[in-house]
Amino acid sequence: MSDVVEKTLTALPSLLSLDSQAGAGKLSSTSKLGQLIRNITELTSKHEEEKLIKKELSAIKDQVSSPHTTMKQMRELMVRAMYCEMLGYEANFAYIHAIKLAQQGTVLEKRAGYLAVSLFLNENHELLLLLVNTVLKDLQSTNLIEVCMALTVVSQIFPKDMIPAVLPLVEEKLSHPKEIIRRKAVLALYKFYLIAPNQVQHIHGKFRKALCDKDPGVMTSSLHIYLQMIQESPASYKDLAGSFVTILRQVVGGKLPLDFNYHSVPAPWLQMRLLRILSLLGREDQSTSEMMYDVLDESLRRAEMNHNITYAILYECVKAIYTIHPKAELLEKAAKCIGNFVLSPKINLKYLGLKALTYVVQHDASLALQHQMTILECLDHSDLLIKRETLELLFRITNAQNVTVIVEKILGFLRLCDDDYTIIDLVGKVAELAEKYAPDNQWFIQTMTVVFGLGGDLMPPDIPSNFLRLLAEGSQNEADDRQLKVYAVDSYLTLLNGDCSNLPQRFLQVISWVLGEYSCLSEGLDQEEVIGPLRKLLDQRGVSAETRSWVLSALTKLCRGPGQADVALALAESLSSSLDTVLRQQAHELRHLVQDRSLHARVLPQPAPSHSLEVDSSLSFLDGFVSDALAAGAAPYKPPHQRQEELLQQKALTSEPYALSLPVGLSPCSPADRQSPTLLSTSSGLSVGSTEPSHRAGTDTLVLDGVKRVWGKEGYLPQRDPSQTPATVEEPSNAVQSSHQQGANDASQPKPEPEPEPPQLNMEKQQLASSLFVGLGSQNSACLLGKTEAAAPRFRRKPRPNDASSSSSSSSSGASERSSNSSHSTADSFLYGGLLEEEPATPIQSSHHAPQPTTASASREAKQPYLTANGVARAEKRASQVLGGDMVKVRPSALAEGAMVPPQNCSKHLPPTSCASEVLQLPSELQDLPHSEIISLTSDPHLRVSCCRVFRDDALLLVLFLSNATETELRNVALELSCEELQTASLRGNVMECVAGRTSSVCRYTLLMESPHTHVPFSGTVSYQTQLGPTQTLPFSGKLSTADFIRPLVLNTEDYGKLWLSCSHDVKQNLRLVTDVGEPLTATLNVLKDRLQLHIVDIIGSEGIVACRLLHGAPCLMHCRVHGASLAVWLRSSLSSFPDCLLYHCQRALQEH
Amino acid sequence: MIKFLLMVNKQGQTRLSKYYEHVDIGKRAALEADVVKCCLFRKKEECSFVEYKDYKLVYRQYAALFIVVGITDDENELSIYELVHNFVEMLDKYFSHVSELDIMFNLDKVHIILDEIILNGCVVETNKNRILAPLLALDKMAES
Repeated sequence: MSDVVEKTLTALPSLLSLDSQAGAGKLSSTSKLGQLIRNITELTSKHEEEKLIKKELSAIKDQVSSPHTTMKQMRELMVRAMYCEMLGYEANFAYIHAIKLAQQGTVLEKRAGYLAVSLFLNENHELLLLLVNTVLKDLQSTNLIEVCMALTVVSQIFPKDMIPAVLPLVEEKLSHPKEIIRRKAVLALYKFYLIAPNQVQHIHGKFRKALCDKDPGVMTSSLHIYLQMIQESPASYKDLAGSFVTILRQVVGGKLPLDFNYHSVPAPWLQMRLLRILSLLGREDQSTSEMMYDVLDESLRRAEMNHNITYAILYECVKAIYTIHPKAELLEKAAKCIGNFVLSPKINLKYLGLKALTYVVQHDASLALQHQMTILECLDHSDLLIKRETLELLFRITNAQNVTVIVEKILGFLRLCDDDYTIIDLVGKVAELAEKYAPDNQWFIQTMTVVFGLGGDLMPPDIPSNFLRLLAEGSQNEADDRQLKVYAVDSYLTLLNGDCSNLPQRFLQVISWVLGEYSCLSEGLDQEEVIGPLRKLLDQRGVSAETRSWVLSALTKLCRGPGQADVALALAESLSSSLDTVLRQQAHELRHLVQDRSLHARVLPQPAPSHSLEVDSSLSFLDGFVSDALAAGAAPYKPPHQRQEELLQQKALTSEPYALSLPVGLSPCSPADRQSPTLLSTSSGLSVGSTEPSHRAGTDTLVLDGVKRVWGKEGYLPQRDPSQTPATVEEPSNAVQSSHQQGANDASQPKPEPEPEPPQLNMEKQQLASSLFVGLGSQNSACLLGKTEAAAPRFRRKPRPNDASSSSSSSSSGASERSSNSSHSTADSFLYGGLLEEEPATPIQSSHHAPQPTTASASREAKQPYLTANGVARAEKRASQVLGGDMVKVRPSALAEGAMVPPQNCSKHLPPTSCASEVLQLPSELQDLPHSEIISLTSDPHLRVSCCRVFRDDALLLVLFLSNATETELRNVALELSCEELQTASLRGNVMECVAGRTSSVCRYTLLMESPHTHVPFSGTVSYQTQLGPTQTLPFSGKLSTADFIRPLVLNTEDYGKLWLSCSHDVKQNLRLVTDVGEPLTATLNVLKDRLQLHIVDIIGSEGIVACRLLHGAPCLMHCRVHGASLAVWLRSSLSSFPDCLLYHCQRALQEH
Repeated sequence: MIKFLLMVNKQGQTRLSKYYEHVDIGKRAALEADVVKCCLFRKKEECSFVEYKDYKLVYRQYAALFIVVGITDDENELSIYELVHNFVEMLDKYFSHVSELDIMFNLDKVHIILDEIILNGCVVETNKNRILAPLLALDKMAES
């Protein structure tokens, strides 16, 4: 058939020139639209186009507002306006007429009106509100076509705030006799679910009915909703796995009507969607996986026809097989399938094969070995996409032995690449590989030099900052660190002495910092040799102001000897009149420091300072100042959230006179800030371009955390099974240290290659292959699930030094550690200042604040591990307390399960949770606070991480238990926790010297939530050393829910009334009434009180008022009224997303009841 | 997820564009020009998928007309490649031997067909009879 199409289309130019009516049969070419189209096809330049469209637009504008225009003409006008918009010229005057056409037109005109609306307007356009009435009318129409149109437009574009208005009508359509209406109703609900999941929470039962609909089309459309919901929480839909398997079996078996076939393959897109759902459900779940083995096998078997669409199905099938709990027989078939793809002469299939392989090597690296020759060919392929995908594949199989070859390949590609996105991506990958697997110092520095050169100023700022931190913190080996620094100094000096006009700014900043900090380590290097090139740099054209400030900081550090005083003074003199204020300030500082040698030595200790710098995060040295100020009548300090709340209240107060008169549906907040938290979290994952909420940009730490999560060590390979990493500890560490030479030796050693190479392949290729795929086949056979390379990162990163307790000032640590500590805190002040584009902080400024180590005692206390032994008895005691107390001490487990889904990667070695909570126990001072059960997060053979949430009044305390599962002690245990959405404050005891065998120690994190999100994921890593092995890291993650942050707000009815008026954001919804015990209203509110810690202010007759707040922050008030069989609730808060969030949890709580 | 679908001819002129994620009208022309540049000059032996910014383009050529679909990385490229063909087959069925002119003169109807196939960036229907049914019903009512 496509031949026919092509033939017709080839004949097109001749048709056009003859002005034939063939294509335009139904539309006279003399019509205005015909004229426009003819003019468009005759366009030759952009300028002509602009002229034509401008003229057209003004013609449309005239005609569209004329009262004599008929609906038919209006439709034509709309199509003409669509053309103008399509060519990039805005026709906003037509928008209102599009809505009018949808309202007044009949049949085809109406449809054209709706179409124009969906093309012209975006989700947040205010005119969209005008469409609601039309939609309502059409939904109630007796004309099925009109109902259809209305449902179509609702599922394309609809104002979120207006969903309650149409929801009942759409729900009603779910049981319409016509399949097309039912199908479109389901799709409309899918749209609602996407933009406001809370609103359709109550109709989940109807989704199930749609899934079981007798019409396959309706069933198919319900799968969109399920795919979405299962992605969000696979555990809740395990019971449906059987149904999905049955549906897939029927589809594959050809039970659908024939018109669902595409090129005689039954409903291929449906099959693919089902395969995706199944792989999500079967992941890490043996029993569910077992249900689907048969149908997957059948899918593989049936899809043997030679057509693109069957290959597309096979690809999904293979992915599913490798995602679910493994079965050897299926894996074998899937591997064979991938082989066929990769070896196919068809380039599209080859690409898909590579993509599949890239996915699969994370689970089974040996598969890459089988196809090594093909991979090599693809590496030199002329098609960039193939090359790129191959590099991605190589990136996933990199280990300490093949890192040099792979990085060389990636850099080779980068040199020829000119696409910004690719550069940013690949540069990050190389930096990650270099940091993890660098065979020696020389290679590392050289590679990073190339990375800085190629990445230029596009590079994400965390690459240079990580690099500098790494240099500053170093590894355990002092001599090695020194060598690294000296090598860096030498090579950068060589670079500076050459032509450095082309070096990117970021790189120059790195160079100047390294030279300033470490050039003193290089023996036999005269300081003058360093100062010279740096001074030259300062005068060089094209060096940015920011870079200049880095250079000047470096010079300030270097000018310490008496010989350099003149140089320094001259420098200060010349810069003190600089236009740049920062430089000017630094110049003044330089002058003072040069004149006062002892001050210079104190603020810029070098080399190896004798005492460690401590950061006093509580700023206790200011206590005197504060008390003086208070005594003098200053206002006491309020934490930010409190200030924000007051600000909001003030704001709300000014609008009070209007608050009552506003119609409820048009609540004063814009649609944009009413975004449901769930939507926010899903959409932010979709594209790089999505913006993060701006309010988070405030604090340094949060920004850095966010950045690090994207590019960090763990960021790229989230699928890796954490339990596998330590499984391969035994690898001797000297493999990591192997130099170039050793790598070459390795390459020449016999490799476990599964298939003999064809003899005609030249030696060169074979050598390349063996160097690329070295280390992959060695630990073959045993485990199918994961084969993450064991090599411990060459450079272990120490925990962040931005809090007091982690700067590990323990008395026993040697001089080396102390020196590295002090230097990294300097480094940090640099990085935080310079790279975040705030005012570049100089080390002088930061060390002015350097406090006396006043926090030492506090941090030592924090480090005391809370040893827990004989916990059983006390646990029992706690249980009895729970039963006796009137306040809930332990939250219901159902909620805890929901909120704290353990990470999918929890492996099979995991001891049952119950056993974990028997041994573990909260520190005594926390036991009386309400808290959750202790839940195991993750574990490996050495260490188990569990956590408990303690609901303190002002914050959520996350208590993490690190339990040593072995008999021997673990050393240098460090914990790092990050959570993008929350403020993590006051970390206590997250670095431990050692954890003795069979004991646990406790870390605490105080978490504050400022704006509600329904679910908040957190993640982190624990790094530790076993007695023999290298440092290992164990990642963990979990989820918190807003419910954890809700606290009762106790107030009386009068205050409630006042507060109610001052809250501007509201939501109305109906909730289910609990009718099984006693009076329904009281029973329902009691359920909510127990589950969510709400405070019931008053109950009068059939109405009740309830209040709560977000920790100490924003309040949320709920007004409930019994309305028939349901409870009509009206929530108000000063925070826009809080009511939505609370409503969601109320619905859940009632559902679980 | 499907981000957009474009129909462009060999001269790089846009014949149909549909965005499933809001793009400012001012930015569309530049994006379309970029996309055309990516796809039009590919060789026959190169793959029908191209990397573009942070997503992928899947394109298919019918005589002088290119259909280009922008998708995210989690989408299956080959299935989209076939979806394009399914779409063209549908147009061919409705217009009986579709040509570029048919598409130009019936822009609204092509959109109506497309709306039945892709919704919110998801493939929602691929059954030819069902996709054409609403449009055929409209035509019938308009005639009577």
